[in-house]
Amino acid sequence: MALVGSWLYNICLAVVCVVPTQNELKFHYTVHTSLDVVEEKVSAVGKALPDQRELYLGLLYPTEDYKVYGYVTNSKVKFVIVVDSSNTSLRDNEIRSMFRKLHSSFTDVMCNPFYNPGDTIQSKSFDSIVSAMMVQSS
Amino acid sequence: MESLTLSDVEQKYYSDLFVYCDVDNTKKVASNGKVLDLFRAAQLSNDVVLQITELCGATRLGHFGRSQFYIALKLIALAQSGLPLRVESLNSVKDLPLPRFVVGKNEQESRHTAMYPDTENQGPYSSVIPRPPGRVPAKKLSTHEVIQPCVSAVEPQPDTTSPVVSPHQSPPTSPHAWRKHKRQASGGAVDRPPAVAGAAWPPFREAQPGTHSGDGMWASHSPPPVQESWVSFTDTPPSSTLPAVHPSSAQESTTVRTVASAATTNEIQRQASGYEDPWKITDEQRQYYINQFKTIQPDLTGFIPGSAAKEFFTKSKLPILELSHIWELSDFDKDGALTLDEFCAAFHLVVARKNGYDLPEKLPESLMPKLIDLDDSAGVPESAPEVGFSSSPVEVTPNKSPSMPSLNQNWPELNQSNEQWETFSERSSSSQTLTQFDSNIAPADPDTAIVHPVPIRMTPSKIHMQEMELKRTASDHTHPTSPLMAKPPELSEEKKLAAIKFPGSTVGDGYSSSDSFTSDQEPISSAVTRQRSHSGTSPEGLKAVAPPPPPPRPHASHSRSSSLDMNRNFTAVAAGQQAGVVAFPPAVPPRPLPTQTSVPHGHRPVDGDGLPAHSSTSPQQMPEQPNFADFSQFQVFAVEQPVDDGDTQQDGGQVEKGVDAAGAVRATKNDTQAEERTPATVNSAKGSTPLAPPPKPVRRRLKSEDELRPDVEDHPQKSSVVPGVLATQASIPRSIGKDKKAIQASIRRNKETNTVLARLNSELQQQLKDLLEERISLEVQLEQLRPFSHL
Repeated sequence: MALVGSWLYNICLAVVCVVPTQNELKFHYTVHTSLDVVEEKVSAVGKALPDQRELYLGLLYPTEDYKVYGYVTNSKVKFVIVVDSSNTSLRDNEIRSMFRKLHSSFTDVMCNPFYNPGDTIQSKSFDSIVSAMMVQSS
Repeated sequence: MESLTLSDVEQKYYSDLFVYCDVDNTKKVASNGKVLDLFRAAQLSNDVVLQITELCGATRLGHFGRSQFYIALKLIALAQSGLPLRVESLNSVKDLPLPRFVVGKNEQESRHTAMYPDTENQGPYSSVIPRPPGRVPAKKLSTHEVIQPCVSAVEPQPDTTSPVVSPHQSPPTSPHAWRKHKRQASGGAVDRPPAVAGAAWPPFREAQPGTHSGDGMWASHSPPPVQESWVSFTDTPPSSTLPAVHPSSAQESTTVRTVASAATTNEIQRQASGYEDPWKITDEQRQYYINQFKTIQPDLTGFIPGSAAKEFFTKSKLPILELSHIWELSDFDKDGALTLDEFCAAFHLVVARKNGYDLPEKLPESLMPKLIDLDDSAGVPESAPEVGFSSSPVEVTPNKSPSMPSLNQNWPELNQSNEQWETFSERSSSSQTLTQFDSNIAPADPDTAIVHPVPIRMTPSKIHMQEMELKRTASDHTHPTSPLMAKPPELSEEKKLAAIKFPGSTVGDGYSSSDSFTSDQEPISSAVTRQRSHSGTSPEGLKAVAPPPPPPRPHASHSRSSSLDMNRNFTAVAAGQQAGVVAFPPAVPPRPLPTQTSVPHGHRPVDGDGLPAHSSTSPQQMPEQPNFADFSQFQVFAVEQPVDDGDTQQDGGQVEKGVDAAGAVRATKNDTQAEERTPATVNSAKGSTPLAPPPKPVRRRLKSEDELRPDVEDHPQKSSVVPGVLATQASIPRSIGKDKKAIQASIRRNKETNTVLARLNSELQQQLKDLLEERISLEVQLEQLRPFSHL
């Protein structure tokens, strides 16, 4: 699992790789490229009221052997989940729930006054939640 | 040597003592020195001590091994209990109090009072100064000794107020005994809490000069001796109030005394030791925390915002990461602010950490924000404002539709709604529309949540009248009151139904209690019954008592699910006017309740605003609106009851066509019906037609929107009127004038309800379309991606 919590000009990217065996760099590359897709989707959504459905961007791009799911919060924090395509057991709803959990735990982390936005997320609870999700899905 | 079985408490206690005595860390204690001191401190005669020594085998060995030591301790306990010293009795005596050692020299207090696993607040504290895991016991001991002597120095009199309780989960071989002593001393030092608290607080402030010496002293000891860390928030001098008195180390005590001058140390240590017994907070600690809380937030029920808390805890000089972890642990409701409970927990954790205890992974139970009763009370108001808005939709989700009433009345649920709060995003994602839906409905008008069909009962009982009114207002307050007049029995039933705020459950009651409708009808009682009906009280209850405050809105679920039941009930009741207690959940758009049409006979259309419940008088429609008891309309409605009944019959026919149809449609229909009924009621007021079963209640039931609420509100008025009508059946002719006004008012209400329903319907349709579109798009996407899955 590559959990990248980094603030990039108001964007936080958390990469959850279901298959933790592959090259992390490759995932980083994938995630960064998927950012473009995310941006595209975000800008495309012109609705006035972003609701939860919009937060979940769905399958961003199925490429090669993995799928990328995107999720953006109301504060433009983006979550990207890269899932191995061979793991076809992951349904859309599951991804949604994963994103929701991510989001809620992320907000918990944010609520911590000791957490400075921009730091890597070192919250144990956050990590544990993410790990649990990874284990559950893989 | 006989094998010795020790309880956990004893085990800890003994290990502590052993460690204490084992200054050389050689795992065996010489006969002389501390052991003997200890034994003598047990206030046993020398003979006994010698006997014990022999029994435990130390005499043979020449020294006390651990086992010998333990046996000796047990024997001491036996001796102190007055039991004969027998080796056999070592294991046979149950519930032996732990050996007590009186601090003889060095002003040691009696360290061990009866230590029982039951950790008292104070006890645990002292006994708990948990040694930082992994620390060398010796160091601890030394520290301990230092501390204790300090304590003793300061608190010479052992204060046994706080029985030393050995912590259940003592840290590894921490000298519990000493801790307990400390505790006792701390108990004695209770009188110092203020000083201690004040002094303890200095940890966060800057050092007091006097503490420096203590600090130096502390520094000399191994890292975070329990008390030290607490102290060293800034420079808190080790609290000399450490009750634990170390039997030895007079020197230490001296030095400690200097150091321990600060009573705070004791307090602090005590507080720190409170971590034992898993993280329990002693009273002094709590008081201290509370005082600190006040410095930041004078309102004890208020919050400390995250930023303020951050500054505060940063003073503790803990690493940010640990503070972050502490925050995660202590911010129970994840709201970014600390309540008093949370603050105490956080403070406690900070102190523990300062004293070297590792932070737990999960918040210990004793630190859970239930330590103070503020939890629910404070949590509720606290959470309420924060969570209220978010949780209300959450709570209002269909899953919790039954909780609609709870939303308003069950604040403790909000505490549980923390989860909802946290998972708000989840909920909203899946059920946002619904939540919005429900939220509109649920909190809006608890009373009118479920509109009971106004039972059109002709009995002139007041209650019936009231119920009739209720139902009328709930469904269609245009229902003629004539039925009421004409059919008091029906009215009584209806009233009952009206009383039954919530459809399902109460419907049956309502029907069954049709007989009870013959209760008195009074305008006031109508309102009462109306209100009671809201609360879903049984019809009997309705009749009897003044209306309790309007119960919360009936569950949306009721409205929906109960519709059928209602129908069944309605049909079943058949008796005259089945109390069309239509669950009138404002949340759900009225759905057609086909079967209700037959019911109408007994039903008063609860839908006051033209809701489709003309035919199907949802029994609970009426009750919804009792709150809006329009007393002035009681009579009017009561008068109208008969008319309504007559109209409802007509309406029943209409209702049959599409009971509980879409709100809009129904609304219009009801409107017309209501209007029809209105005149009918007027006519009936003149004693014309019998009261037709209120068709409205059934239809009402499915209302789940805010729009329905106004209807419901209207209905209560009507339903309240019903009983009033019932009551005033005799005086119908007199109230004709009022009838007109009431009818007009009901017409207005119905129209309003109608528009609201129409709006709701359109919104729902729009949402449905959106959802379908999304679904289609997703399916298309899936299809497109399907080939990729095979790659």
